[in-house]
Formats: sequence, structure tokens, C-alpha cells
Amino acid sequence: MTDMRTPLAKVRGLGSAKNGTSHFWHQRLTSVANIPLTIFFVVLIIALSGASYGEVRAALANPFVSLLTIAALLSVSWHMKLGMQVVIEDYVHGEGAKLVLLMLNSFFTGAVALISVFALLKLAFGA
Amino acid sequence: MVQLTLPKNSQPKEGKTWPKPEGATNLREFKIYRWSPDDDDNPRIDTYFVDMDDCGPMILDAIIWIKDRIDPTLTFRRSCREGICGSCAMNIDGTNTLACTKGMDEVSGAVKIYPLPHMPVVKDLVPDLTQFYAQHRSIEPWLKTTTPEPEKEWLQSHEDRARLDGLYECILCACCSTSCPSYWWNGDRYLGPAVLLQAYRWLIDSRDEATGERLDDLEDPFRLYRCHTIMNCTQACPKGLNPAKAIADIKKMLVERRM
Repeated sequence: MTDMRTPLAKVRGLGSAKNGTSHFWHQRLTSVANIPLTIFFVVLIIALSGASYGEVRAALANPFVSLLTIAALLSVSWHMKLGMQVVIEDYVHGEGAKLVLLMLNSFFTGAVALISVFALLKLAFGA
Repeated sequence: MVQLTLPKNSQPKEGKTWPKPEGATNLREFKIYRWSPDDDDNPRIDTYFVDMDDCGPMILDAIIWIKDRIDPTLTFRRSCREGICGSCAMNIDGTNTLACTKGMDEVSGAVKIYPLPHMPVVKDLVPDLTQFYAQHRSIEPWLKTTTPEPEKEWLQSHEDRARLDGLYECILCACCSTSCPSYWWNGDRYLGPAVLLQAYRWLIDSRDEATGERLDDLEDPFRLYRCHTIMNCTQACPKGLNPAKAIADIKKMLVERRM
């Protein structure tokens, strides 16, 4: 089928989504948060390498360590979701495939965040 | 998915090597993309030799020399030959630039010339820029006001006028937009660096009264936020402008108005 719309009609398309700045802002916000949080997380992992299960649990039972780790998990997951979303929007052009992948991206990162936080709390509260 | 390889009928083949000009001693080799809509052949890369003792110093001088002396079918756009019309934008030695302001001495070895990347080709080095111009039209690049027109002109301070420096010089040659990978992949929805630089030029014009509506129209994941600061635009601009900075400033305005 020949597309007989004018070039201007094609370019205007469905109009502006009036949206996108939140995504942009959250990506920057989580980037800034990730600098100290990932450094803390890496230091924690190095400090706990070779430690026994009991020692790890004791370390994570400290509210300061526990809260910072949860913050790192949430911030990194959210950042990962936003970043992957951009990659999908950039490269996947079929509307159906794009929709499915964007949903899977949200589910996947949501699941990663939930499972990691749950595991951490379980360790911290010693169940 | 994004198409990363050319379809079979668009892959360039080795073309014709045109005879060297007789009696010339100072020769320069040119490899130029050729494609014609009049047959079903693939694009081809033709080889030409230019007599440097009989030709001006710029790439445009050389392709005009080829058209005059060797092959009148070679097709390209040109007009002002001094970098102000933007017609002779093409990909020279791997970079989008203006043939008229690019010196032959700036290129080593054979000079390879292709049309602007990722645009439909009309013929040889002539790209179809219909969509690019429609995108420029879509940002409404003119002064918009509600206040009744003053008797004389709209006034602007020297400082406010100075803010347009580095923006008003854009000649819409499309070198930047067609160097941008985001524009290659999503050019149907992403406005591209040239048009966004123009949009910014109207956003910060102190005389304009439609800043808010202009920002509303740009605030879109595709129209604006496909820019990932790759910076090819700024590197390519033959006028030395900085579209990447203009785009970053638009993003800043969008954050600023919600803080």
C-alpha cells in the first residue's frame, strides 16, 4: 500500500508523548546514587569474601549495612530497567515485539529486585 | 529490528575505472558512489583520475572537474561553493562534510565520496531530504507571539541576541543528522541534531512567546530523548557548531521547568 500522507503528517505522527523527562531524570538520579552505593557494595563483598555463613549474617544484621545494600539493589535494578528500555526502544522496531520486550524487561528487573531484597531480609533477620 | 546490513540490491559493487586524462602528470584518484534509478543495477564505486594541475583545491572543484571533463552523468548538488548553502553535503573520506569547504590536501590517498549516509538516494550523490525538511517544518521555525505586533520591530537586548550565536549559523546541510546513529535507526520519529539545534534556537529567542508549547512538543521519548550524546553531530558539523550541546540544553530546560 502506498503511503499517501504528506511528509509533515508522517513526521508529526501521533504527536508528542509529553513524557520522557521522568525517564531521563531517574536515569541521572540513579547514576548519582549508584556511585557511592556500588562502591559500598563492592567493598562489602570484598570484606566478606571467605567469611563464614554466620559472619555474613551477622554483618547483614547490622541495620546500616542492610539498608545500604537494599538501597544499592533497588537503585541498580531501577537503573538497569531504564537502560535496557532505551536499548529496546532504539533497536527493536516491530511494535508487537517491542511491547512484549518492554514488558519482559519490567518483569525481569522487578523480579530481580524483589528476589534479592527478600533474600537479603531473610539473611538479615536470620530466618 | 534495526537493519545493520544493506539489502542485496543496495550493496555497492566495483564500478568502472575511467581513463586517466592524457598528458597529466599530477593525478589524484577519486572513488565515487554511483547509483541511478533508471536501471536495476546495484550501486557501484567508479574510479576517476583528476589532473591536479588543472583543478582548484577543493573536493567540489574536483567533482565539477570530473563532470566537465570526464563523465557528465555524475550527479551531485552544489550551489554557492563557499559553505553557506549546504547543497554539497556528502560523505567524504568517511566524514559528512561540505565538498566546497573540504580541501583535497585534507585527505590522504584516494578520495572516497559517498552520499550522506542512511538517506534514500535520488541519484549518485544526491540524497532525498524530504523527511529532514518536514521535520524542520514540524518544529515551526519562526517567531511565535501573542502580544500585538509592536509598531516597529520586536526588541532584543545585545545579551539576548548573543545567545543565538552558534545556532543561527546552521545552514541545514544535514551533515550532523545523517552522521547520527540514533537518527539512522529511528529517523522516522527522532528529530535529529540539526532540527533540534534549530528548535533550541527558537526556544531561547527572547522575543518568542511560545517557549512552553515548543517544549511540550519536544518532550517525547523519540523526538528528543533518542539523543544518547554520541557526539557524531558535533564532530561532523562543517560550520563548527555544537548540536549535542543544544540538545543537552533542551533537556536541561525540560528538567528545569518541573523543579
